[in-house]
Amino acid sequence: MGRPGLNLYFAERFRLKMANSTLPERIRRDFPILDRSVHGKPLVYLDNAASAQKPLAVIEGQREYLANYHANIHRGAHHLAQLATEAYEGTRGKIADHIGAGSTEEIIFTAGSTDAVNLVTQSWGRANLSAGDTVLVTRMEHHANIVPWQMVCAEKGAEVVPVDVQEDGTLDLEDFARKLERHQPKLVGVVHASNTLGTINPVAELCAAARTAGAVTLVDGSQALPHLTIDVAAIGCDFYVATGHKAYGPTGIGFLWGRRDLLDAMPPWRGGGEMIRSVSFDGTTYNDLPHKFEAGTPHISGGIALGIALDWMNGVGLDTIHAHESALVQHAHQALQTLPGMRIIGTAPEKVGVVSLVVDGLHPYDLGTLLDGQGIAVRTGHHCTEPLMAHFGLESGTLRMSFAAYTTREEIDRAVIALERAMRMLS
Amino acid sequence: MSTDLIAARQTDVIDEFALFDDWMDKYEHLIELGKDVPAIDTGRKTDEHLIKGCQSRVWLAADAEADGTVRFTADSDAIITKGLVGLMVRVLSGAEARAIAEADLHFLDAIGLHQHLSPTRSNGLASMVKQMRLYAAALAARQA
Repeated sequence: MGRPGLNLYFAERFRLKMANSTLPERIRRDFPILDRSVHGKPLVYLDNAASAQKPLAVIEGQREYLANYHANIHRGAHHLAQLATEAYEGTRGKIADHIGAGSTEEIIFTAGSTDAVNLVTQSWGRANLSAGDTVLVTRMEHHANIVPWQMVCAEKGAEVVPVDVQEDGTLDLEDFARKLERHQPKLVGVVHASNTLGTINPVAELCAAARTAGAVTLVDGSQALPHLTIDVAAIGCDFYVATGHKAYGPTGIGFLWGRRDLLDAMPPWRGGGEMIRSVSFDGTTYNDLPHKFEAGTPHISGGIALGIALDWMNGVGLDTIHAHESALVQHAHQALQTLPGMRIIGTAPEKVGVVSLVVDGLHPYDLGTLLDGQGIAVRTGHHCTEPLMAHFGLESGTLRMSFAAYTTREEIDRAVIALERAMRMLS
Repeated sequence: MSTDLIAARQTDVIDEFALFDDWMDKYEHLIELGKDVPAIDTGRKTDEHLIKGCQSRVWLAADAEADGTVRFTADSDAIITKGLVGLMVRVLSGAEARAIAEADLHFLDAIGLHQHLSPTRSNGLASMVKQMRLYAAALAARQA
């Protein structure tokens, strides 16, 4: 029936076309949302650091579970429960492989990074912090890696101390070393890549220094997961947290990785079903890792789809994604610098796909609103990093463009032109 | 009486914005309005009068007049918000307290700017309207 010669010809032509195409050309068809318009203009989605869009495989995978094999996991004696459990637990394995964890038992599913940090503060923190102790974080942390520590420190009489950030948005390594020595912190919390500045922190170096000083380390990988290859063994941290929805997966699912001996020693945080071995009124015993920290029915469809998102990212290749986004950042920096009164906040040599900016005399909210009118989605404000904004003296925050694997140079050019128009309208 | 005043002013604003069918033209007009808004007395641009939105800051001052009406003045550090705040002041200021408290504010919807009243916009406008109504309701209760 077939015409193998012709098919081979088309297959070869397709292969060549793909080989010569840009990354967005190869993958944009995977993202149906990118074809829509906003206020009558084609959408340019540059709010990926807040949440990335989802490829069809993720959307379909979630639908497939709900339509064909939904059941509660871990306990059902029936076929659907088994299918759902295998798919959900499959993601645990994929996460472990993806970040170089020693075992799947070290991967705890959480609702996201915020939930994961709260697990550590409420379990490890409450068991290990006491009056006079210090938790060292950086001034560029997201509120999610500041406020949970403030809460447990307030309860214990401990203190949260920030490490300074330099003018270009890199961490002040001398201040880090100084504060490490002066405060002898129990824990050091550091963001792998800043959601506001884009700065990639030298986490391996920081964790090594912290470990030498006797501190436990937590790395917030929320912005690293969609952009960088992650290896927790190479980083040498004790805890690593990340969320799925910024990495092409669904909202409401993320994970905590922890060193096994630490997790074993930590008391459970939330009580309920799933996390117990045996319950009686004479005394309840708890389940083993990872289930000890996973009370109640989890976000099963989200967990399954997160695994598909990781497969999708690895299929594209994180080195390819990072190289593409680095080129976009460079292009954006150059294009933006042609505009009058423009100041880019965060010019570290190593950045993920994040460009924060302010324009002299103009409010970021006004600029963001006028970009929205031209179909361009950005975020404005303090980006949940108020201490960082205060440090830079930016009371109204910044306007942030953030990129993903599917972002094109043309989209950045359109955003820059739209920004120029907005600036004209406002001045 | 004053209810009719608010209704008539809303109709005015709706007619004015009917001239612009393009999104950007509408915002251009809003920006012009923002530049014209009689700002709040600088002496009253204090934390006491600050309504802290997530992104843009709004200041609102309310004065009860002898005739039972309320006079509002307001300002914002973002010009689009200032334009919106100005529209709200134009519609409500000088009306009777009870009419303000009970006003059916539909003009933002009608001119296609209702999204600015949604709490997710975090521009302080929704909080400002709430404050205006609370102030007017408290005043109306005292007058009753």
